[in-house]
This record gives sequence, structure tokens and C-alpha cells, in this order.
Amino acid sequence: MRYTSKQAWLLGGILLSVMGSLFPFFWFVITSIKSQVRVEAIPPTWFPDWNFSFYQTVFTDHHFLRYIGNSLMVAGSTTVVALILGVPAAYALVRVRMAGKVWILGGLLTVSMFPQIVIVGPVWQMLSTMGGLNTHWGLVLPYVGLTLPLAIWILATFFKELPTELEEAARVDGCTTVQTMLKVMAPLAAPGIFTAAILTFIYAWNEFFLALLLLTDPVKQTLPVGIALFQGEFTMPWGEIAAASVLATLPLVVIVLVFQKGIVSGLSAGAVKS
Amino acid sequence: MTRIKSDEPTGWFMIFPALAFVGTLILYPAVNSFTLSLHRIYMGLPALGEPFVGIDNYLHLLQDPVARQAFGVTFGFVILSTILEIILGLGIALVIHEHFKGRGWVRAAVLVPWAIPTVVASQMWRFIFNDQYGLANLVLFGDQVSLYVPWLAYPGYAFLAIVFADVWKTASFAGLLILAGLQVIPEDCYDAARIDGANAWQRFWHVTLPLLKPALLTALLFRTIDAFRVFDLVFVMTQGGPGDATQVIQFYGYKTLFTEGQVGYGTSISMAVFATIFILSLFYIRTVGSSLLKRETI
Repeated sequence: MRYTSKQAWLLGGILLSVMGSLFPFFWFVITSIKSQVRVEAIPPTWFPDWNFSFYQTVFTDHHFLRYIGNSLMVAGSTTVVALILGVPAAYALVRVRMAGKVWILGGLLTVSMFPQIVIVGPVWQMLSTMGGLNTHWGLVLPYVGLTLPLAIWILATFFKELPTELEEAARVDGCTTVQTMLKVMAPLAAPGIFTAAILTFIYAWNEFFLALLLLTDPVKQTLPVGIALFQGEFTMPWGEIAAASVLATLPLVVIVLVFQKGIVSGLSAGAVKS
Repeated sequence: MTRIKSDEPTGWFMIFPALAFVGTLILYPAVNSFTLSLHRIYMGLPALGEPFVGIDNYLHLLQDPVARQAFGVTFGFVILSTILEIILGLGIALVIHEHFKGRGWVRAAVLVPWAIPTVVASQMWRFIFNDQYGLANLVLFGDQVSLYVPWLAYPGYAFLAIVFADVWKTASFAGLLILAGLQVIPEDCYDAARIDGANAWQRFWHVTLPLLKPALLTALLFRTIDAFRVFDLVFVMTQGGPGDATQVIQFYGYKTLFTEGQVGYGTSISMAVFATIFILSLFYIRTVGSSLLKRETI
């Protein structure tokens, strides 16, 4: 008796969580496959007429490919640079005995709490003197700075859980610290590195505030800026916004479906152990 | 845990690039912002120079009614949305902590709002709250078009719409942090409570919740800090309007800095945001720290 009532509660909870999470976005999906007439119907209609013309116009009239390319470029470079810097740092923080480690980890956590507005003015000035405004590398630099603390925390939690025996064996065989890290630990920690990469990528793919202020040239702008500043000639082009939004979200939904386990453990890893 | 004896210089060599990066691009600009906030600087008016004015900008901030209003809106937003996010997040965590068929799919579904770009979520909710084509009106009023409400045109509704959008976007993140807490509660505690005759509700209230306190506080800390920095939602959904009803402090800071070009005053606003977040996190960390200590003595 009690068992079934618990099951009922659980089923209700599952349905509510899934519906609540997906339905609002599903409305955007429906909107994106309506015709212009149906999008502007009052009252709105529940059912689409399977018209895919908005998907065509976001590419032809709104330079969607360019935004995707820019976003891939920026998010991809951010991820690569953050990992190249983050993996050795996290490894050393976990495995090399030295003073002041706790302070570094604590400091990184503090830095990750900084609001972007605190850094944007000086970063803007810095980039403007270096010629980095309206360039992708100019945006990647602060992105790496902002994502490194989280990446290092996630990587450090993963490295910490790996057995030390293998490393000791590698050291006995005469490997240096760097060799041990690259040849023994990095392959073992691949799932952790992958999680850090995914989270860094999603952050850079979604970031809006800095992208808006550091890239004013439409040719260089990333996807979030494009979608936020989407303008029609006379009215809000809701159909196109919906289609662009669905396309921008699709890769993320695939990532979430495939790497759900890694994301769940990665996001919670830093939190519990802190 | 045994650590391998290693050369400390190599360790520093491995850490240094990352630290230098964070230092140059985050720490130094933050300090630089503080210096800027002590000067009067107008972008595009170099003839006025950049005179040092001490704490004038901060005194001005204390008397600025728009800033005060923006802080009020922000605090209201932070309090309301974090409370709702923690409650919903707890519900989500309890659901996805259970063992059932297809749990992976449910977890993935719940993660979708977290993964969606905030700008996309903002456009989506803006459309849902649209006065003519919106889902909110359709669900509430159906065909009775005369009853349709322009939600984002009313101060109160616009504020709630932003809270709604933020809660939808981030409750699952709070849920994941709480889930991590649920996973470390030992099963023995529940067994003991069962032997003592506690029912499901009593077990939740007297076992789960107290043991979950650190995780709940962590989620609260992360969500508060993040909610304080809210910008994207406001930029896309309302531009701070109608009036100043949804003008949160980060948006006011952005306008002052980049639209009006008041670099000195704008950075003093950003330093105030920073100080508030810093004080809040110190407060939380102290509370979390002490509760963690308590848990270890059980």
C-alpha cells in the first residue's frame, strides 16, 4: 500500500520535472515549424503546419552560419586553451607537495564568483590598446580567465580520486612529473578532462555579456549576441528567432543526452568537496 | 592519501601559466576597476581629464535614487528566485535520486533548461509572455482574446516573468547540487529511522533535511551569487522596463558604463555589486563551514 503511494508520488514528480523542463522549449520548437500566418494567428494555434521556411530564412537572410562559425571558433578555442592551462595546474595542485595550495584553490573559487561587470571595463581598455576588440582571440582571453577556475576545480576533484600506485610505478621507472602526468594520469583522467571540456565549451557557447560588449562588429558576433539582437524589418520575427534558437540549442541537447552522467558528476563534484 | 614526493619547482611551473592568466585577465582588471571608480571619467570626453575624486562616486551612489531602486529590484529578484529554485531543485533532486527505469533520460531532460543559452531561454519566455501570440495567454484564456494580458508591459508581471524565466532556467542546476548532497547520506540513517518507526515524511523531515543542510547552503550560495549577476534575461526580455521595474543593478551598471559612458561612476556601481556578492559569500561560507563541522561530530 505504502509502496504504491510512493510510486504514484514518484511518477507525478517525474512527469512534472520532465514536462516543466521541456514543454516551454517545445513551444518554441512548434513555433519554428509554423508558417508566418500561423505564428501571427490570434489566438495562437497549438498545432504547427510543418512549414520549414523559417529554417531556410535564418540561413539566407540572417547569416546564421556565420554566427555558428564564430561561436564554434570562440567556444572551441576557449576549451582548448583552458584545458592546456588547466590540466597541468590541477595535476600539480593535487599531486605535488607544496605550500599554499589551499590558498590557491580558495582564491580560484573566489575569482569564479566575480561578476563579469567588474572586469569588463578594464578588459575592454586592455583589448583596445592591444587591438583585440572585435577579434575572436580578444573574447577568448577573458573567457579562458573566467572558465579556468571551474575547470581546475573539476579536474582537481577527478585527479584526486585516481590511484597513486600507477604514478609511483611510473616514478620508480624514472618518469618526470610532467611525463607521469601526460603518459599515465591524463589517459586515466580522460573522463574528468572530458567533463571539464564540455562545461567550458557550454559556458563559452552561451556567454552573452562580454560577447555583447567586446564584439560590436556583426561579422564577428557570436550566436547569443545574434539571437539577442535579432531584428525584423517591421515586426519581431518570432518564427526566425524560434528556428535560430532551436538550431542553437540542438547541439547542447545532444551533448546533454550523450554526456548526462559526466555533466551530473562534474557539476556536483566541485560543490560537495568544497 | 599519500602524495608523491616531487620537485616543488616543477609544480609551480605547472601552475604558474594558469595563475598568470587568471591574474592578468580577471584579478588585475578587478583591481583596476576599483582604481577607476575613484576617478571621474567620461568616455568620449578626454578634454575633461580623469581627475581623482576619492570616494565621490560612492557617495553619489548612496544618493542615486535609480541605483537604490535597482538594488531593491535585484534583492527582490535574488530572494524570490533563489527560494523558488531551492524548493523546486529539492523536488527535482528527490525525483532523480530515486532508482527507476529511464532515470538517465529524466536526468538529461531536466538538464536541458540548464544547457540552453540564457539568451535563447530569454527569447523563449519573452515569446511565451507575448501579448498576442504567447503561450501564457493561450493556456490561461484560450480563445477569449479580449482577456489577453500584455504581461511584460505591467511592472509587477514583468518582474514576475523574469523570476519565472530564471527559476525555469536554473532550478535544475540547484537540483544537481542538492542531488550531490543526497548521494552522500548513508543508507544506515534511514534504516535506523525506520526501525524507530518513522514514516516517509518523518524520515524526510528529521533525517534527509538536516543532513542535506550543507548541500542546500551550497546550492543557495551558488544560486544567490549567480542571480545577483543577472543580466541576459533583463536585456532580452524587458531592457529594464517598464519604467525601471525590472532594472537590476548589473543592467544599470551596464547602461551607466557603456550607454552613458560614465566610466568612473559605472565602475563604482560594479564594485558595489562585487562587494555585496563578496559579503554574501563570506557569510554563507562561514555558515556552511560550521554546519560541516557539526556534521562530523555526529
